[in-house]
Amino acid sequence: MDLFQLQRRLVDYRASLYHEDFLDEQFSQLQDLQDENNPDFVVEVVTLFFEDSERLLNELAKALEQPIIDFKRVDAHVHQFKGSSSSIGAQRVQKACIAFRNYCEEQNVEGCLKCLQQLRHEYSLVKTKLESMFQLEQQILSAGGSIPM
Amino acid sequence: MGMAADSEFHVLAVDDSIIDRKVIERLLKTSSYQVTTVDSGSKALEFLGLREDDGINPNTPSVSPNNHREVEVNLVITDYCMPGMTDYGLLKKIKESSSLKNIPVVIMSSENVPSRISRCLEEGAEEFLLKPVKLSDLKKLRPHMLRTKIKSHNGKQEPEELGMPDEKIGFPSPKQEEQQQQQPQSKNNKRKAMEEDVSPERTRPRLNGITTMV
Repeated sequence: MDLFQLQRRLVDYRASLYHEDFLDEQFSQLQDLQDENNPDFVVEVVTLFFEDSERLLNELAKALEQPIIDFKRVDAHVHQFKGSSSSIGAQRVQKACIAFRNYCEEQNVEGCLKCLQQLRHEYSLVKTKLESMFQLEQQILSAGGSIPM
Repeated sequence: MGMAADSEFHVLAVDDSIIDRKVIERLLKTSSYQVTTVDSGSKALEFLGLREDDGINPNTPSVSPNNHREVEVNLVITDYCMPGMTDYGLLKKIKESSSLKNIPVVIMSSENVPSRISRCLEEGAEEFLLKPVKLSDLKKLRPHMLRTKIKSHNGKQEPEELGMPDEKIGFPSPKQEEQQQQQPQSKNNKRKAMEEDVSPERTRPRLNGITTMV
């Protein structure tokens, strides 16, 4: 694939992520903050998000395994997850968190477990997609091109 | 009076989320401010040179000799809710401290709760920003920092009395100024919820007419 095709592919891929609500406006705000002096800003923030998310998913699983579930604790983790996903523009993850918090409020175990599953699913989707996007960007840079806006 | 360069302004950002700290740092640096980030209210107080039990008794020095504040902080921007310190906690401690009370404080929150917003403003916060914070939100910060610079130029004065020679000339009346200020804000979703529930007089308890400097 030549450079032009790679760039075209990236633009289309990005557009699809927005179109399918994987990403929202906040993500492009982050891209706008990236420049020659901070060329890895987006990757760095997203990497922090991945690490933090994995930690939170583990905490959530543990909390929901307890014989007596501390819903306040579960809610606190989901609240954090909601915050971080909102900060990077991961809209579907954020929405999954909102639904999750409702079940926490109702102290509905079944509901919470289902939401955790849904949350894991949405997280893994956006992670895969972002990683693919970064890979495309890397290919473009390695081919000597620049990342289209 | 010359224009203060933005790189003269130092902002202390407080947030327990590592992602949010990274983002707010980049936002502030892009706006040409110097930035320090900390992950808790107590670390913020430490950085500001205040021991947690200081500031109530006017006879005791409010700056601990061991925590000498080397750097001037022109604004504190903090997440509303963090573990370890109660809500409004950092804001209250700053406003209760004789040495720190004039530092403008801006609150960030992911939740748009009108009562929370009014309470923060009543407790002395200058602004309430809804997360995720955008670059355009940071434009609201500059007037507050400029005010403190003017204050330090004019010696000991409360922020409400700016002492500018042309303070009354050519400026609209305070009420009008507030209205003018409110209009752009009414288009801003972030203030909308608050405006529906709170009267204009309560939103800017310390505003006295001058909000921008040329």
